[in-house]
Amino acid sequence: MKKILFIEDESALQKTFGEVLKQEGYEMISALDGETGLRLAKSKKPDLILLDLILPNVHGFEVLKQLKEAGETKKIPIIVLTNLEKIGDVEKAIELGATTYLVKAQYSLQEVVEKVKKALSENNQ
Amino acid sequence: MMVKKRGFLQQLNIPKQCQKYGLSLWQCPQFLFLIMGIVIIGVSLISYALGTRYLVEPEMVALLVLLVTIVLFVIAFTIVRNFERLAEVSRMKTEFISVVSHQLRSPLSNLKWAIELLMSGRLGKIEEKQTEYFKILKENSARMAELVSDLLVVSRIETATLALKKKEISLEELTKELISEFNLFARASNVEIKFQPQKNLPQVWLDPSQIKLVIENFLDNAIRYVKEKGKVEICLKKTDKAVLFEIKDNGVGIPKEDRKYIFQKFFRSENVLRYQTQGSGLGLYIAKAIVEKSGGKIGFESEESKGSTFWFTLPIK
Repeated sequence: MKKILFIEDESALQKTFGEVLKQEGYEMISALDGETGLRLAKSKKPDLILLDLILPNVHGFEVLKQLKEAGETKKIPIIVLTNLEKIGDVEKAIELGATTYLVKAQYSLQEVVEKVKKALSENNQ
Repeated sequence: MMVKKRGFLQQLNIPKQCQKYGLSLWQCPQFLFLIMGIVIIGVSLISYALGTRYLVEPEMVALLVLLVTIVLFVIAFTIVRNFERLAEVSRMKTEFISVVSHQLRSPLSNLKWAIELLMSGRLGKIEEKQTEYFKILKENSARMAELVSDLLVVSRIETATLALKKKEISLEELTKELISEFNLFARASNVEIKFQPQKNLPQVWLDPSQIKLVIENFLDNAIRYVKEKGKVEICLKKTDKAVLFEIKDNGVGIPKEDRKYIFQKFFRSENVLRYQTQGSGLGLYIAKAIVEKSGGKIGFESEESKGSTFWFTLPIK
């Protein structure tokens, strides 16, 4: 079973998303802040990471940077899933190594799931 | 030391300071302060020149200059103080819109996705009667999300942080796409949409996601404010150095006295309020800002109860 780490401080979203991912046959690991996210990414070796940007204690951009710098987590595809849309944010995330940048307000749950599937299959090839 | 120096220099950059307040130059305290200073110096010099010419005693000249300067200084001080207050209120309003729109986005996405999950049937089958209410939830959260996203654009316009990612595209293709998206709404409102683009139109230089907002707004207005049987005609023409988009409807039109306010934010005309109570009055304000930022022009002609024609132009690269 593929493992997905969801780093997101909104527990409501964790719950909704967790349910859908579970039904789609994935195992979801949830982290409610940046520090836990970093720790779990290293210990659980997920196949994909969904990352929010506004997070307690370690900001999403910092999490992204550290994950892409560390040898053991470098290859894990990371989808940024956020409501942050400031000028340059998308470019910054892609530059740091994110696979895709999704703005929550613009996507439905199903569309995000499709993006997850796509990123996982691309990484398998 | 460097940082401090840059900070000081930035304070001298008056247009930028004014932008922060979201005010035009003439309402901006920093700029007014500068102008007042120049006026005071100028008037002091003039009164000195006049004084030496018409008054004999130098003491009287000095007194005259002093008095004129003091009076002017008091007036200038009062004006600047009042505008400072105005600027502060304007800044707070801009900030308020920004905070509200950002803070409402997270709970709205939570709502949207939770409703989607419930409606997908993944959590168990839904009764037909329940579906109706889920639809109400979905539609209303979508309406809120739309308003919040409009407010977000407004806040970007006001703080001058609206970024355009321009590329060369065909306005014809974009329009076609959007018309097909609006077809269902048009048919439901008994409106017929005709599209007549000129042949061999050049490509234009624009940000598709932003210009989309403009065309969507025009289409929505044209369809929404019809009487019984609506007719909407859209044409694209090449003008001198631009492509002209024009949309003509036979709707309720805009009363004469409301025309000058039509692009103001939150403005809604009396006569449309009679037809449609929904709407934020932000669409055309946003449209104008986007078109002008793209280097184009926007405008309209209208006759009450006969219809309106809205247009915008976009530069050919």
